[in-house]
Amino acid sequence: MARIRPRGNGPQGLPGISVTGRRAATFCLLLVAALCAQATRVQVFEAQDLNRNSANQRLTVERYGQPRGDILVGADPVTGSQETGGRYAYKRTYTDGPLYAAVTGYASQAYGTTQLEGTEDELLTGTDGRLSGWALWDAITRRQNPGGDVYTTLDRAAQEAAMRGLGTQKGAVAAIEPATGRILALASTPSYDPGSFAGSSAADQTAWNRLQADADEPMLNRALRQTYPPGSTFKVVTAAAALANGVVTDPDAPTGAPFPYVMPGTTTPLVNDTAACDRPGLSLDAAMTASCNSVLGYLGVRTGLDRMVAMAEGFGFNDPKLDMPVRPVRSNFDTGMNQSQLALSSIGQFDTAATPLVMAMVAAGVANNGTVMRPQLVDRLTRSDGTTVELMRPQVYRKAMTPAVAGQVRKLMTDVVENGTGGNARIAGAVVGGKTGTAQHGVGNSGTPYAWFVSWAKPAGSDVVPPVAVAVVVADSDATDVTGGALAAPIARSVMRAVLGL
Amino acid sequence: MATPSAVTRSADRPARPVPTRRTTELVLVLAAVLAAVFGYVEVGVNLDGRVPADAAQYGAALGVLALAAHAVVRWRARYADPLLLPIAVLLNGLGLVVIYRLDRATRGPGAASTQLLWSSLGVALFIAVVLLVRDHRRLQRYAYLGALVALVLLVLPIFFPPVYGSRIWIVIGPLSFQPGEFAKILLAVFFAAYLAVHRDALALTGRRVWRWQLPRGRVLGPVLLIWAAFVGVLVLETDLGTSLLFFGLFVVMLYVATARTGWIAIGLALAAVGAVAVGWLSPHVHSRVTDWLDPLGSITAGKGANQIAQSLFAFAWGGELGTGLGNGHSVLIGFAAKSDFILATIGEELGLTGLVAVFLLYAVLISRGFRTGIALRDPFGRLLAIGLAAIVGLQVFVVAGGVLALIPLTGMTMPFIAQGGSSVVTNWIIVALLVRMSDDARRPAPGVG
Repeated sequence: MARIRPRGNGPQGLPGISVTGRRAATFCLLLVAALCAQATRVQVFEAQDLNRNSANQRLTVERYGQPRGDILVGADPVTGSQETGGRYAYKRTYTDGPLYAAVTGYASQAYGTTQLEGTEDELLTGTDGRLSGWALWDAITRRQNPGGDVYTTLDRAAQEAAMRGLGTQKGAVAAIEPATGRILALASTPSYDPGSFAGSSAADQTAWNRLQADADEPMLNRALRQTYPPGSTFKVVTAAAALANGVVTDPDAPTGAPFPYVMPGTTTPLVNDTAACDRPGLSLDAAMTASCNSVLGYLGVRTGLDRMVAMAEGFGFNDPKLDMPVRPVRSNFDTGMNQSQLALSSIGQFDTAATPLVMAMVAAGVANNGTVMRPQLVDRLTRSDGTTVELMRPQVYRKAMTPAVAGQVRKLMTDVVENGTGGNARIAGAVVGGKTGTAQHGVGNSGTPYAWFVSWAKPAGSDVVPPVAVAVVVADSDATDVTGGALAAPIARSVMRAVLGL
Repeated sequence: MATPSAVTRSADRPARPVPTRRTTELVLVLAAVLAAVFGYVEVGVNLDGRVPADAAQYGAALGVLALAAHAVVRWRARYADPLLLPIAVLLNGLGLVVIYRLDRATRGPGAASTQLLWSSLGVALFIAVVLLVRDHRRLQRYAYLGALVALVLLVLPIFFPPVYGSRIWIVIGPLSFQPGEFAKILLAVFFAAYLAVHRDALALTGRRVWRWQLPRGRVLGPVLLIWAAFVGVLVLETDLGTSLLFFGLFVVMLYVATARTGWIAIGLALAAVGAVAVGWLSPHVHSRVTDWLDPLGSITAGKGANQIAQSLFAFAWGGELGTGLGNGHSVLIGFAAKSDFILATIGEELGLTGLVAVFLLYAVLISRGFRTGIALRDPFGRLLAIGLAAIVGLQVFVVAGGVLALIPLTGMTMPFIAQGGSSVVTNWIIVALLVRMSDDARRPAPGVG
């Protein structure tokens, strides 16, 4: 009987309904409190994870809920948006899909974004905080700003010349304005139409699968995302390093390079492609004009590993974050090599490998008096009403050499075009400096060589910094005469002509 | 001699006029109608960029319904609790807005106009109950008859084809309703009537087992039998939610009547056995439990998001403040977005703020029901009011807990808000009974004051 409470007014002193009813009420209200707690857990503490869950379509729905901002070349949009009538209201369209694919990348409802569509995604979708005048208020009301626009630095004529020049061959072109680092052309072939899989339908899936399965890898951006052994075009870097470090003081004086040049620590001589190189005592200028492996290999070793590395890195080698804002893959110049490897690396072989963009930076740095500018692809970002969000400013990447040394290297390069292997790049009414490269690759050098050409050009009789520097690589061409001078130089020439207007 | 208690009115105290609070109710009802119209306008502005042309008509329709109900309360139940009707109007109005909003995002015939029709019927029944049931104690007479009718109602759907895995619908042509909804009121009446008569016997007689006093089979028998019949039928129909609700109602009312905690223990033990058995035997229920334990499991298994995951996505997207009505994507939930999962739309578009506000409205409604029960003087009325409040409380928990993945999803409707004619009509009757009883509880005794 100890459990019976005498004060209760229920049966036999048990608590009455007033008491038990209150307890039951408390129980029901605790249930509601538990609901509030669970709601807080889901809506506040777990919300981020749930919003980002791969199966949650909301981010994609919102992203494609309004027309995407545009990417422009000059004053003309090269993208657009189209109503789908489906759950994802708008899909991306491209005016000249394959022409600019290496620059725009794609924005696909099913497959995400790449290139500028990827790096500038927040601006294009309208979620970039800078688009909004009242960020906090917009966050509270969840107002979605209309997407902003991305103005590229591209030169339409140069881009078209690059694509036309590459044609059906596999290859890439990168062109830079040396004084500013503005990217004038960025082309990769074979290309693809990013609009073909911009939606989320079965047709989009088919197009995507076909591109993915294509053995020619049309979606590989060869200008940024692929490195190639630069071959003899790298001799520009070696020559600059030799001149900058006093290994060579007079480009026209004999260098003291022996012939044959047996690589240190080996019994293997470094062979040349032309008989003109097969004698001792050649000057640097003569060696560059004829593209002599033995001389430049010798000079690279004389200059030394550290100084060679420093010069290469001045042009963008070994930099994994050369964002412009799209990130290219890292171009490689080894920092730990023996002397024979250094000799090979100094002529762009061994495991030296460069993106076309970095080789364009080499030509641009020489053209811009030794100052390498950071390459940039975006001129400005604007809101949908045209007001500027951000304006691109030229930035110095590295001072690779003095203006005097740069002038000496420019002279070497003009001699290559006027008297040597780069004759196909000559332009009437312009001063052109260049360097050819024909890089062996594959097991036992069995692959079709990579045909390279790097160059810059300026109007004749002018003292300005050359307005264009360009790098061209042609890989796996069907042509019989696979050399940089034959395949790549004409493409570089037409790109330079397009920029110069000649 | 009256025991000092908050609820027992002392006759010694000087009489004070009891305020009727009808004006409070009127103001709150009008505010509720305005809030619903505002929501309707918000949907229009967010979806079409303009105020819907029929906003005034919608407001007028809801206003007429609400004011008619108010007028009847003022006329026939002038001491009734002033919060019950406004909360019902607000929840019903909000439900109509959200259903209209979901109509706009889905194909097929709209559900909002049908729901408005059912709401009108609900208000009509509210008025009928307030007018016809002049004294709730008369319901006691029909307790056994009611239980029988309820059982028939529950059995009927077995003869109709299952809808979405559950045999809980009666489908006649274009009309369909869930008899289980009506049955819960009848069952509450039966429990209240039976327990009011037998509570002393249940509480005091019988054997002691360890620390618990168990009642005699003769007393407990009938109620246990009826309860078992109900739950058995529901299990056959795989209507897990309603059986859970009936079971909870049974335990709560038994405890309130007898104050025997032993009942809770026995109840929970029975529930555990039943739950395990059902979870084991029914694949339908088993999958619900699996989904509850790991709502995102189907995603990691590569089978895409299940409904619970979609529901959680909707809540999460709402965050603290919500997207605003019309701006969410809760249609991704798919099937039953307007009924069982309607809370997800509220969570997504009105945010945690709106969702908790809705929960608090229910909490006030529930506590007002309990308060009515405690304030009443007759045991039947007290138990009935508490039972009806418990129905609302348990149903809110089972539904909201299900869609928030707090407990396994069982598939019931959110009182007043969710699409479903039987549900909205039943809840209006519940509120009508509470209004009737609260009038009785607050009205000054004749001759006093």
